[in-house]
Amino acid sequence: MATLVTLQNRLPFIESQYYYRNRTADGHRKKEYDAAVKIQSWFRGCRVRAYIRYLHKMMTIIQKWWRGYLGRKQYRQMVKTAYLTMKMNFYNEMAVRIQKRWRGYKIRKYCFNYYYLKEYLRAISDTNQAIREALEEFAEMKAREKKKADLEKEEKRKQNQARKTHYLLSTKQSPGIYNSPFRDPDPMEFELRKVRACHMTPPRPQIQQTDYEDLSSWLACTSKRSFPRSDILPPINRKQYQGPFRDIAEVLQQRYKPLQPTLRVATSINSLRDAQEELKREEWKHRVNDNMFLPFSNYNKNEKYIPMIHTSTKYTGISYGQKPFQEEEPEKWISNKNFQTVFPPFALFEKYGKLYSRAGEIV
Amino acid sequence: MSQRQVLQVFEQYQKARTQFVQMVAELATRPQNIETLQNAGVMSLLRPLLLDVVPTIQQTAALALGRLANYNDDLAEAVVKGDILPQLVYSLAEQNRFYKKAAAFVLRAVGKHSPQLAQAIVDCGALDTLVICLEDFDPGVKEAAAWALGYIARHNGELSQAVVDAGAVPLLVLCIQEPEIALKRIAASALSDISKHSPELAQTVVDAGAIAHLAQMILNLDAKLKRQVLSALSQIAKHSVDLAEMVVEAEIFPVVLTCLKDKDEYVKKNASTLIREIAKHTPELSQLIVNAGGVAAVIDCIGSCKGNIRLPGIMMLGYVAAHSENLAMAVIISKGVPQLAVCLSEESEDHIKAAAAWALGQIGRHTPEHARAVAVTNALPILLTLYMSQDSSEDLQIKSKKAIKNILQKCTYLPALEPFLYDAPPNILKHVVGQFSKVLPHDSKARRLFVTSGGLKKVQEIKAEPGSLLQEYINNINNCYPEEIVRYYSPGYSETLLQRVDSYQPLI
Repeated sequence: MATLVTLQNRLPFIESQYYYRNRTADGHRKKEYDAAVKIQSWFRGCRVRAYIRYLHKMMTIIQKWWRGYLGRKQYRQMVKTAYLTMKMNFYNEMAVRIQKRWRGYKIRKYCFNYYYLKEYLRAISDTNQAIREALEEFAEMKAREKKKADLEKEEKRKQNQARKTHYLLSTKQSPGIYNSPFRDPDPMEFELRKVRACHMTPPRPQIQQTDYEDLSSWLACTSKRSFPRSDILPPINRKQYQGPFRDIAEVLQQRYKPLQPTLRVATSINSLRDAQEELKREEWKHRVNDNMFLPFSNYNKNEKYIPMIHTSTKYTGISYGQKPFQEEEPEKWISNKNFQTVFPPFALFEKYGKLYSRAGEIV
Repeated sequence: MSQRQVLQVFEQYQKARTQFVQMVAELATRPQNIETLQNAGVMSLLRPLLLDVVPTIQQTAALALGRLANYNDDLAEAVVKGDILPQLVYSLAEQNRFYKKAAAFVLRAVGKHSPQLAQAIVDCGALDTLVICLEDFDPGVKEAAAWALGYIARHNGELSQAVVDAGAVPLLVLCIQEPEIALKRIAASALSDISKHSPELAQTVVDAGAIAHLAQMILNLDAKLKRQVLSALSQIAKHSVDLAEMVVEAEIFPVVLTCLKDKDEYVKKNASTLIREIAKHTPELSQLIVNAGGVAAVIDCIGSCKGNIRLPGIMMLGYVAAHSENLAMAVIISKGVPQLAVCLSEESEDHIKAAAAWALGQIGRHTPEHARAVAVTNALPILLTLYMSQDSSEDLQIKSKKAIKNILQKCTYLPALEPFLYDAPPNILKHVVGQFSKVLPHDSKARRLFVTSGGLKKVQEIKAEPGSLLQEYINNINNCYPEEIVRYYSPGYSETLLQRVDSYQPLI
């Protein structure tokens, strides 16, 4: 009880104590709380930081590996491409070398072949030379021909001249002007001797130009004579006619006697055909029956022969083949057998027309 | 009055008419009478005589008309205006051969003056009757008709086409196959006139088979026929490659070269023209001509004649050389360049010189080898004088300038270039110095020679604008030499030396 009493005695103290303590506790509470929060936050911060640090570390490791992987991959790729480029460069270089050689060879051989070009140019100059020579020759030939023609013309002119001046020829009595007795005779003299004089040839017949003189041509304006005439044709034969000739009357009679053709000439060339035609026509005119005669065809095989009324009779004769041509008298026969040949046939004639030699013997 | 007396009157009348036309026809042959005849009204008097009863008078009247119309185009126009043509055309079909000949002569004489007059003839329907005359039996009539057709076709393509449409070409081709030389000549000339206008017309002539017959006649003896034949072939060949090949296929080639040696100048000219027309189309055709030795023959031909006859040959060389360097080389090998240089110097007419200059330019423009071949013949100075000369025509100046430029740009033959340093105008000097600047760095002997001949000195004297192409070339040349030499040859060097003497203070 005493305790109780002590306790009770001490109650106000306790109360005040309680109160006091509570008050101090309350007074410190905020501070303590803040401190606790601080401590906690620091701790938590440490913990989270450590975790993040940890995460970072891990991340670095991951990234390190990944980057390493990527880098290695890229590097391999790079090496591969570098190798490839190197290879390609090398190949290209080699290809260029080959192409260079080949192209050079080809061009030199086929396009700009120096020796070929040289040969070609040489050939051209050869051809030129040949052509020049040939043309020269041709021109020379032409010139020669021309010269010859000129000479001939000159000769002809001279001859003509000589013919025209034939009267200058020297005669036995008096020498001509070209045949001086004091000098050698002029070449013209010989020329004169060679040719015939102009007047020795018969003169050309002069054709009268009667185009408009007579009236008949005017009336018949398309007649032959009204056309302008060309020069008369030169005579075909300039030689002198050589006599002796027949009497002119006789010749004329011969010339103008009436034509007496032979029978062969007088008949026309198609007289035979005409005669045949005529014959055919005649035959056609006189024919009674137009049926054609067809002896060997089957056409009239079944046709019954119709006898004419006038010639038909019931007493017909014996048909052909039945009637013997020779009289038969069987009672005079000595035997009923026919004759027989006694001699064998002649052997040589059996072979007639066949070969006699042994080589071509008939088996 | 007796019958005889009556007829006497008629006879006298006829005689008088005949005499009249004959005298007029004879007077019309002299040009001094024409004026008087015209003033006397001869046209109106001749016209009724064309319808005369007597054929001789008709023919002589036509002949007189033809001679008058032949004289000048006024009279030809008077014939057209006098309505004489329809009458002529009408009777051309009806009458005998002498009249046909005379009528065709009138048509020819009228048609030759101008396209309008020829058109007037075509409008009269003369072509059909002329074509019918081509079928005539008489060669004289054919000749006259072919002549008239040729003169009509000569003027322009349309008239030619009209002649072709009238069906004249096959008959003309038949005419060249006739034995008469004169007829062949005229027919060939007519074919030439027809085919000269356009490729189509030429093709028509070719389709009628003219080439083979024409080619056969190249070797004919008659020079005038040869002229016409060669002219016809060249007129056909000039239009296109195909036609030229057709002509070549007729195997004209070694044969036509003989014509280049002919006595007749015009045969030569026409043969060269033919070869030129063939060569100008393609390198292959040129090659063919070169292989046949045509170039040598043409060069000989150029050497053997003068003036305009040379012109086609010169042009042919230019065309051949223009195609390729090998062909140009062939021309050089055939000794064409000296011949062209001779032409250049001795011809008097500008257009021939221009052609020669052009041909030389075509030869020299390929490689240094070609340029050298041209340069050694001493053609370059002649070209330069032609270019510089005041008398030269503009065309000649342009052509020579082009030729000089073409040759210089390839030329490495320095002795020929050297004179150009002294007397060439700046626009050519540029190329010369350029050539030196290309050659000198690689050739020590040339460098030495260049100094000793005074070329370097001349180069230093050239005034070039800084930065120009010329300056660059000069610098290139200067770089080939030691500096002292360059300075030594520079103008005014002696004065600078003297100045240095003045300014020098002797050390005592």
